[in-house]
Amino acid sequence: MKHIISALVQNKPGVLAHVAGMFAARAFNIDSLAVGRTDDPALSRMTIVVVGDDKVVEQVRKQLEKIIDVVKVQDFSIKDVVAHDLMLMCVHAPPDKRHEIIALVEMFKAKVVDIGQKFAMVELADTEEKLEAFIDACKPYGIKNMVRTGTVAMARFNLPNAAESQ
Amino acid sequence: MKKPLHPSQDNPPQSPSALPIKTGAEIIVATLIEQGVDTMFGYPGGVVLPLFDKLYDAPINFIIPRHEQGGCHMADGYARASGKVGVVLTTSGPGACNLVTGIATAMMDSVPLVALTAQVRTDLIGNDAFQEADTTGITRPITKHNMIVKDVKDLQQSIREAFYIASTGRQGPVLIDIPVDIEVAKCQMKPLGEISLAGYRPQEKGHHRQIKMAAEAINKSEKPVLYVGGGVISANASDELRAFAIKANLPVTMTLLGLGSYDQTRAESLDMLGMHGTAYANYAVQECDLMIAIGARFDDRVTGKLKTFAPNAKFIHIDIDPASISKNVNVNIPVVGDAKYILGEMTKEVQHKERKAWFDKIADWKKRFPLRYDAKSPNIKPQYVIEQIYQATKDNAIIVTGVGQHQMWTAQFYKHTRPRHFITSGGLGTMGFGLPAAIGAKIAKPDTTVIDIDGDSSFNMTMNELCTAVQYEVPVKVCIINNGYMGMVRQWQELFYGKRYSKSSLKSPEFAAVAEAFGAVGITVDKKSEVKTAIAKMLGEKMPCVVDFKVEREENVWPMVATGKSLHEMDGLDIFESMA
Ligand SMILES: Cc1ncc(C[n+]2csc(CCOP(=O)(O)OP(=O)(O)O)c2C)c(N)n1
Ligand SMILES: [Mg+2]
Repeated sequence: MKHIISALVQNKPGVLAHVAGMFAARAFNIDSLAVGRTDDPALSRMTIVVVGDDKVVEQVRKQLEKIIDVVKVQDFSIKDVVAHDLMLMCVHAPPDKRHEIIALVEMFKAKVVDIGQKFAMVELADTEEKLEAFIDACKPYGIKNMVRTGTVAMARFNLPNAAESQ
Repeated sequence: MKKPLHPSQDNPPQSPSALPIKTGAEIIVATLIEQGVDTMFGYPGGVVLPLFDKLYDAPINFIIPRHEQGGCHMADGYARASGKVGVVLTTSGPGACNLVTGIATAMMDSVPLVALTAQVRTDLIGNDAFQEADTTGITRPITKHNMIVKDVKDLQQSIREAFYIASTGRQGPVLIDIPVDIEVAKCQMKPLGEISLAGYRPQEKGHHRQIKMAAEAINKSEKPVLYVGGGVISANASDELRAFAIKANLPVTMTLLGLGSYDQTRAESLDMLGMHGTAYANYAVQECDLMIAIGARFDDRVTGKLKTFAPNAKFIHIDIDPASISKNVNVNIPVVGDAKYILGEMTKEVQHKERKAWFDKIADWKKRFPLRYDAKSPNIKPQYVIEQIYQATKDNAIIVTGVGQHQMWTAQFYKHTRPRHFITSGGLGTMGFGLPAAIGAKIAKPDTTVIDIDGDSSFNMTMNELCTAVQYEVPVKVCIINNGYMGMVRQWQELFYGKRYSKSSLKSPEFAAVAEAFGAVGITVDKKSEVKTAIAKMLGEKMPCVVDFKVEREENVWPMVATGKSLHEMDGLDIFESMA
């Protein structure tokens, strides 16, 4: 089962290494990890996607909590959160195919952020499934390059641990 | 979690304006003294000289080991014997790297330690400067916490936090890396305040509902077993454990690190469980209907094959570390908190229950499968030596060990009765731990006899510290169970590799002559008839003393649960029967 673990950590050097090292040392597999600032400059937010049974995820949570520089840990199942990845994709878009690409972009609520003679750079921020679907749709045109952030997530409002109550 | 620190009497809190401006090195010394440090272990070097200069006339008993690893084990032994935080100090690079084994040893056994390492100048960090090593990087997975101080203003608070973190919750080593420019930079001393760390709030009181549930399960149980680990000793909860076990009428088994938490001379003690545990402990565990684990972590050396461990039991697990709970076995009733508090509360809730059938069964196992060895042998059996050491000291000595067969025999054949009187590297299994840890323990408890029961190979690893014992007049005793083998390795090779003793013996020097060369007393024993007198002579010595017991070379540790087997599948019981 896919879990999203959201950890509030001290914004200090070495914390990312500590968290990443703990995952490696305990042989926990992570799907993705995204780190970024929060509204408090002293704190960062790490969003970690882990796949594993409840027991594994429980250990991940506890081991994270044990790290002194980790301030708070929340474990969400995917349905309890809004979880988005950001993707930049360079897709083959010669003039004769450009309208088709643009139609796809509109359909997926993506954005063309740069355009060259043969390629378009498209940005899409959405759920993993949407991103995968978009990739599949673009494949026939030729994807030259692609980068993705890890997932970032926030709890939905109707949950006990929801964003509003934080 | 806010907690007041305990200032020593010479350092009452002061108002900020009255506090002097000092160098980082002076702040370190003042803060160590404020934290109650009167003894520390360490070794100098280039970037730590400003601090050593301030230690020149500081009121701290400073011990220089012969190797930083030894210094770290000394601080560890000091901490385990006294319950105080052990402190070790080194220079950067090689000095810091030499601590690694010692820190990892303390980490695995949850020993409170503060390691101070000096570092190259802040502006040189990352440049591969002379004697630079990424000390915080290297030690991150083997410390409870570590930090590098990059601003002298943070120094004092970092040291206070280090002591607080090391000594609370599940205890452990904390390392502070201090660049040399921070040692000389100046800043105003800070008043002693409360420590509040957003990411660290050890839970001390157990949840009352959980405690009640646990007590109810115990009151219902027909065949309970208490399984006690080192956490009870860390929590200084032996008295509470005893009151609890006696009131509820429970048999008690201990892990290697738990030995000493419960008086083994009492009838309800099942002694040690696990790979080399007693048959009666392992049978009781496999048959119990309720296992109450306290400050123990279901290590693989304890559980054997996890799937079939205590197959009929429900589990109560009391531990200060939430991450230990349900890590290996699924726990039915977890209670997170301090063992001392929880045991105190639980004792009020439990009722006495006779459980005659269960205790009869245990008594029968005890009668049929006591620990045995061939006591009639004319040769010096290692177990015989340990029994004689026990007879000569009873529970009045602190016993320390190396790692190997001698360690297991010491666990089995010495009757441990008091906490902090058995000191051994359980989790990491660090050969070479014995002598330096014994020195640390003896410095902590100068009036108690401290005996390192060591292996010949283990002793070889750190015997240079004998010189430290002589220099500082620390009269530790060393009993070498000299089988001329890395005995535990040889035993596995005998049992699992067709007796091919590949690279498992090394040539040792005459240990008694080495001891004399270091300025200690050396005794060699090669006849069974000399064992008792040698022990008596050793105990009478005022100097550090090494007794080299040339024991039967190919003795094995029994019983044994081979890796991957269930606890009740012990080898060696037939050997017991044949010796009966
Ligand atoms: C530092 C270290 N290296 C290797 C080992 C693996 N090891 C475990 S026991 C042992 C042999 C110990 O020999 P000795 O100290 O003579 O004790 P004995 O088993 O003979 O009593 C070895 C090599 C270890 N535990 N620690
Ligand atoms: Mg040996």
